[in-house]
Amino acid sequence: MLKEVRPAIVMIVCLTILTGLVYPLAMTGIAQTLFPRQANGSLIEKGGKVIGSELIGQNFAKPGYFRGRPSATTDTDPKDPSKTIPAPYNAANSGGSNAGPTSKTLIERVQGDVKALKEENPNAPIPVDLVTTSASGLDPEISPAAALFQVPRVAKERGLPEQRVRDLVTANIEGRFLGVIGEPRVNVLKLNMALDALGGR
Amino acid sequence: MTFNGWFQIALFSAVIVLLARPLGGYMTRVFAGERTFLSPVLRPLERVLYRLSGVNERTDQNWVTYAVAMLLFNLAGFLLLYAMQRFQAVLPFNPAGQSAVEEGLAFNTAMSFTTNTNWQSYVPETTMSYLVQMAGLTVHNFVSAATGVALAIALIRGFARRSASGIGNFWVDLTRCTLYVLMPISVVVALFFVWQGMPQNLSAYTEATTLEGAKQVIAQGPVASQEVIKMLGTNGGGFFNANSAHPFENPNAITNFVQMVLIFAIGAALTNVFGRMVGDQRQGWAVLAVMGFLFLGGVATAYWAESAGNPEIAALGVDTAPSALQAGGNMEGKETRFGIADTALFVTVTTDASCGAVNAMHDSLTPLGGLVPMFNMQLGEIIVGGVGAGLYGMLLFAIISVFVAGLMVGRTPEYLGKKIEAKEVKMAMLAILILPLSILGFSAIATVVDAGLAGPANAGPHGFSEILYAYTSGTANNGSAFAGLSANTLFYNTTIGFAMFIGRFLMIVPMVAIAGSLAAKKIVPASGGTFPTNGPLFVGLVIGVILIVGGLTYFPALALGPFVEHFAMNGGTLF
Repeated sequence: MLKEVRPAIVMIVCLTILTGLVYPLAMTGIAQTLFPRQANGSLIEKGGKVIGSELIGQNFAKPGYFRGRPSATTDTDPKDPSKTIPAPYNAANSGGSNAGPTSKTLIERVQGDVKALKEENPNAPIPVDLVTTSASGLDPEISPAAALFQVPRVAKERGLPEQRVRDLVTANIEGRFLGVIGEPRVNVLKLNMALDALGGR
Repeated sequence: MTFNGWFQIALFSAVIVLLARPLGGYMTRVFAGERTFLSPVLRPLERVLYRLSGVNERTDQNWVTYAVAMLLFNLAGFLLLYAMQRFQAVLPFNPAGQSAVEEGLAFNTAMSFTTNTNWQSYVPETTMSYLVQMAGLTVHNFVSAATGVALAIALIRGFARRSASGIGNFWVDLTRCTLYVLMPISVVVALFFVWQGMPQNLSAYTEATTLEGAKQVIAQGPVASQEVIKMLGTNGGGFFNANSAHPFENPNAITNFVQMVLIFAIGAALTNVFGRMVGDQRQGWAVLAVMGFLFLGGVATAYWAESAGNPEIAALGVDTAPSALQAGGNMEGKETRFGIADTALFVTVTTDASCGAVNAMHDSLTPLGGLVPMFNMQLGEIIVGGVGAGLYGMLLFAIISVFVAGLMVGRTPEYLGKKIEAKEVKMAMLAILILPLSILGFSAIATVVDAGLAGPANAGPHGFSEILYAYTSGTANNGSAFAGLSANTLFYNTTIGFAMFIGRFLMIVPMVAIAGSLAAKKIVPASGGTFPTNGPLFVGLVIGVILIVGGLTYFPALALGPFVEHFAMNGGTLF
């Protein structure tokens, strides 16, 4: 039995070096050479400054921008480190609401969001993804239905014809891979950047 | 439910079945010690490892030595990982300046990754340095998977060999699995993942100024290299807190599809390895058929439940119907790019196997949608299962099935020419009974002590489901969670830590004993009275035994959680 002690120690050390250092560091080297943009987080720069990552959603509160999905991410409370405070789209602490389907908190939160959205666009049904938090709290995308729902508000706020904004949304819809895998969606950050480029107020 | 959704599920199933044979053939050659197309590169490295560790690769170990070698290796890995976490503050590759991990959490995490569970009581991006993520957690993603596969191969040798005293050499199986199976696939797929948008860097977190002018700190790291082995080795421990729901950890539907294939690939291929090694590939297909039947049942239930959505939300005037413009259904805790079908599929796949990666928050699934992962794990994760662990778990049920069939006709049961006697049946039952003992035992304790009751975030039956899910996931070495549970406490870190240990090692030891006992037996030639174990009758019998022996044990507990909540939800009751 004691004979097996030496291989146990040597193997874990060797395999740690091989799979824990050589492998990830080599992959980092190759990835940085072949795909530097993706390997560094698909960052988007504007005027030399990083404004975000195309894969990571950000918080849009201004009415002139399309909004992403509700986000349940939190941050530590600066006043009391043992507590957390809501911090939507905190990309250093991903996570969901973890509210179960019969949670009173969940239904009340949705109720509040529904009320605000009905005032904004009373004519269309409210898409479910616009009132439910994403799993990561960093979902960069919304469904086409959720983007189209916001067109009247954004158009009014920007002083643009609704049709122009609607066309912009349609142009930004990404379909399923090969028409089969995944779901159609709209990247909110890219849509808003295109919106800024469109002009208006 | 949509046609496209079902089509995606069918496409996934087809890919798994098509992969089983070629990958199974390759793995059979690897574990027989034959030359493969990678030997020119890897054989010299393999030899160096044996020389440094003093292993004679021709030594055949008996079951006790094999088990001791496996346990010592895991102990060494456990201690190293524990120490690395405690000292991470003074070790390199720590640009985010993470401080030492506290004892209870370090114990839980070390146990979690050693046992292939990857339960995470912590938020990775605010807790672990890049060094621990790479040289600690990634390493265990490789070696805990290789340990599982080695054990499955040892059990298969028990069936395949006759009058033999040995069941192989643990060090050789471990090394060959890591070098020839896990490593090459990881290298190729990691690059694919980076190409598709996964970060792979050692930079500090990026500080961005958003379009609206706010500050956003974006966590980074060597994600892709860890991600691929996390799936391939059915580990499931996320680089980020949101796991495969995080856009960096699963940027699009293609990476999602590939991740699911990785979870099932080795487990499904092992059924073919089993068939080949016992000399009849149909034996392997029969096992895969049992797995396939239970898989489809799970995915259909989850897909139906999640598509139907939450009636309480629909009642508020929200549109939950699927259309060309939205996925609809229950989108709380789900990502837009995956929608309902890809999420329901992922939920089922990750808990059929012992992966535990999640692309949605399981806590926010509908009651019956959440029942599926819980039930999958409680059956012992034998539906394809964790790499290795799934196959040996399933073979234990096969042993019980031939025993039951033997009782019905009054004949000594045989499986693959080996007489199944009292010792094997006792050991198989022991391994199977350990799961409910830990799952139901710990859940019962947690629902009566204050430290346990402090955990759940949700009230009512869902709170009970959170506790039941935690011990189910820990014992079954899955690692997914109803994550509302505040599990980073002394009580939960310790009890779940022990549940993971019990579920892994107390199941393995009786299983290795069976392997040793079977290997020593002669092969009884098949006769007219032999029950064929490669046909539909056997498949049906095993499914029945799994559902009755494995499933019914949990019915009362499940009735208190998901079932009560289902009726409450449809009746309009909130908690």
